[in-house]
Amino acid sequence: MSTTIQTIFDKSQEGRKGIALPPLDVEVDTKIDSSLLRETKARLPQVSEFDVVRHFTNLSNKNMSIDKNFYPLGSCTMKYNPKIAERVANQDGYLNLHPHVVTNNFNEDVQGSLETIDMLEKSLCEVTGMSAFTTTPQAGAHGEMLGVMMIDKYHKSKGEKRKYIIVPDSSHGTNPATAAMVGYEVITIKSDENGAIDFETYKEKMSHEVAAVMLTVPNTLGMYNKRIKELCEVAHEYDALMYYDGANMNAIMGVARPGDIGFDVIHINVHKTFATPHGGGGPGSGPVGVNDKLKPFLPDLGIKKEGDLYEFTTGGENSIGKISPFFGNYGISLRAITYMTVLGSDGMKDASSKAVLNANYLRVRLKDYFDVPYSGMCMHECVLSAKTLAKKGVSAMDIAKYLLDFGLHAPTVYFPLIVKEAIMIEPTETENKETIDYFCDTMINAVKLADENPEEFQSYPRTLGVCRPDDTRAIKELDVKFSH
Amino acid sequence: MTYTPHTDEQVKEMLDVIGLEKESDLFSSVPQELQVHGIDLPEGLDEFSTFEKFKTLAAKNVTDKTIFMGGGYYDHIVPSAVDALAGRSEFYTSYTPYQAEASQGTLQALYEYQSMICELSGMDVSNASMYDGASALAESALMAVRISRKRNKILIDGGINPTYIKVVESYLSFRDIEFEIIDVKNYKTNIQAVLDKIDDSVAGYLFQNPNFFGTIDDFTAIIEKLHEHKALAVISAYPISLGMLKDPGSMGADIFCADGQCLGNYMNFGGPSFGMIATKEKYIRDLPGRIIGRTLDKDDNEIFVLTMQAREQHIRRHRATSNICSNQNLIAVRSTIFMSLVGQNGLADMANLCFSKATYLKNELAKVDGVMVLNKDNSFNEFVISTPIDSDELLVQLRDKGFYAGINLANIDSKFSNEILVSVTEKRSKEQMDALVAAIGEVL
Repeated sequence: MSTTIQTIFDKSQEGRKGIALPPLDVEVDTKIDSSLLRETKARLPQVSEFDVVRHFTNLSNKNMSIDKNFYPLGSCTMKYNPKIAERVANQDGYLNLHPHVVTNNFNEDVQGSLETIDMLEKSLCEVTGMSAFTTTPQAGAHGEMLGVMMIDKYHKSKGEKRKYIIVPDSSHGTNPATAAMVGYEVITIKSDENGAIDFETYKEKMSHEVAAVMLTVPNTLGMYNKRIKELCEVAHEYDALMYYDGANMNAIMGVARPGDIGFDVIHINVHKTFATPHGGGGPGSGPVGVNDKLKPFLPDLGIKKEGDLYEFTTGGENSIGKISPFFGNYGISLRAITYMTVLGSDGMKDASSKAVLNANYLRVRLKDYFDVPYSGMCMHECVLSAKTLAKKGVSAMDIAKYLLDFGLHAPTVYFPLIVKEAIMIEPTETENKETIDYFCDTMINAVKLADENPEEFQSYPRTLGVCRPDDTRAIKELDVKFSH
Repeated sequence: MTYTPHTDEQVKEMLDVIGLEKESDLFSSVPQELQVHGIDLPEGLDEFSTFEKFKTLAAKNVTDKTIFMGGGYYDHIVPSAVDALAGRSEFYTSYTPYQAEASQGTLQALYEYQSMICELSGMDVSNASMYDGASALAESALMAVRISRKRNKILIDGGINPTYIKVVESYLSFRDIEFEIIDVKNYKTNIQAVLDKIDDSVAGYLFQNPNFFGTIDDFTAIIEKLHEHKALAVISAYPISLGMLKDPGSMGADIFCADGQCLGNYMNFGGPSFGMIATKEKYIRDLPGRIIGRTLDKDDNEIFVLTMQAREQHIRRHRATSNICSNQNLIAVRSTIFMSLVGQNGLADMANLCFSKATYLKNELAKVDGVMVLNKDNSFNEFVISTPIDSDELLVQLRDKGFYAGINLANIDSKFSNEILVSVTEKRSKEQMDALVAAIGEVL
């Protein structure tokens, strides 16, 4: 018997109420012209508060989450989100702060929040070696966009309009998408046999028409490029700028700093490295750091301290303007600086060290069971391949679905695009050895099952109530809202 | 304090398996000359000292004023159930729902979200959220250009929130998209001026209703002329007002966008909020961001999935409709819970409360000697006043009497001289409004 789903709309009963609003305590006889009013009400569900509580509690139970499950999604850094950050951010003094208080220049009324932003910016400068940060971008991709806008302005300030942005073929999809969004054409460079951007091709493609190079370090294969400094030098010879995609910052806190290496601009995903919860897809926050070259191009709003008073600032004449109305996802920035305060310099270095320890331990335990496209030490994540298993009819996706039944969220699969049947695993530092061993044992069991009974994989997952959506049908018989 | 669970014994065991002697060997692939030794920041703090530190900082923020400030961020009610449900870690510690079977909770909530946004806006399809109202408007402008294929010009109504306009300008200027801002007249859209600008070169016209000054306008003539010229009508709206005002779908708008802070979310010093974007079905392939669909699984059970992903950056890379990846999912889920609680009648009541209370305050302020109400026609829950004294001075004095009485528009844009934007929500009582009126009378 197949199951149909009860949405909150299906539970609606005409006349049922879920809320008591404040009273209407004034009398007015002004009427708005009827031509400006809506003719029928928006058909939102009519349910009680308890209906809502039960419905959404039951929905939440249908999610895997870090608090319930090991969640080794490569490139996503699904580490434990400490509860202290929630407690800090949920204080009235932060939640109920109206941003237009700064428009009225009442800086003295928002000193606490301006100080927390300043703390975060300074701490990020220290970790990355950049000279200034802005917290206005609301996600990693938003930060990338801001970074490329500043790069564009930099070249324009020198009277140049450049045409290209270089990315390696192992890059995140957001890198080329961002380049296009800001009006650039993309040059994609293949990876060499070690998984690094091919140095010779890179040198060939570099020219005065290249505005910037966007690199993820360590890259999406979890490898640290030994020639990273040379890559920066080659670009800088042509005054092309170096963009550091900080998605994998969790691997190198306290080990190497992008600013020291020669990067001009970086974004950080605080919902990865700095443990702010990912919320099922956001809100994240993508602060951007720059060196002195790009400082004049920073967006509104910034922070400065005059005497004992923090003030907001608007950008100078070269600023790219605004990408967010105020300070971006402030509530998320607050969680990030809370986390950095708890960990401190020692804790951050320890986090990166244990992240790399866990990834390499896991890599060594699994390397004889899967194809290893690029051998040698990895950083915070490792990429395996199910290429050999696929010949027996068991794909990377089949492995992913199998794991779900053992309480393990699937790793990232089919990314990076350059690895066939890629399985990208990032255990993070907050998982203990027992959990990683359990994950490895389950992966090894999957390989054994692939030998014994490959067909069986098609039936996984078996315990979640649903199994293997028909994605083609989802597009052909598009159903993206409730039909009344 | 760290959250790493490794015992010394386990570290040694794990290093042995890897074949390393010491932990620092883990970083052997990072060239020695690039390595730093530590971070020049204080050592970690225990949880309790950390909380004290941030509690002290929170106390330096002022949150005890009665708020009559709006301008895109509103002091609305936040029901307890919203915090309780969105505070479940099954929602907030999960990732983007790429693995459908493991993410049915988030996916269903988002499907319900999309359904509610379509109901509010009268549009056919909604995505699963953007960053905020400003970026949603900017992405809507890019979408209009994309749909128009060869057109490269956007008209921007001067009634749009000026901070949104600044964000839109950033997004458009780097793409060499031409744009023109058409100033308002008497705080209303200058309809004739807009009509005169519409021709076959225009991809879309962006407008806001109620506009930044609170004025409610009739855009029928403009939308008709836009459509005659195959240009798109892009509306940014205030979701609470849609409990009362004509929905964008009925107006004939092509793209609807909005900020969702007002739907059960805190002001949070400006974020996180979320943006919404919805459109007609024929433009679904041009939508940015994620879309959730309902389909069947292999045993014909209903199941929710991320769908039409071929528009997105992780598949389409530089040909994607947008670079957006993370959106503002949790805040969109909060608003889904909020909209479920208020329901269809509650939303209409809430809109009426905002409108009625604001109208009461507008009428009462007009009676005060020296106060001029500048937008006299239809307005929703915001309006503009001027007084004989400097607005900064007036607002400081009112703050000292316990009110954030409004926003000094001169501080947003120099084209304003001495106007204050006043906003009222359902939370303001008659008593609070009477007290504000009395306080302004005293100062003047």
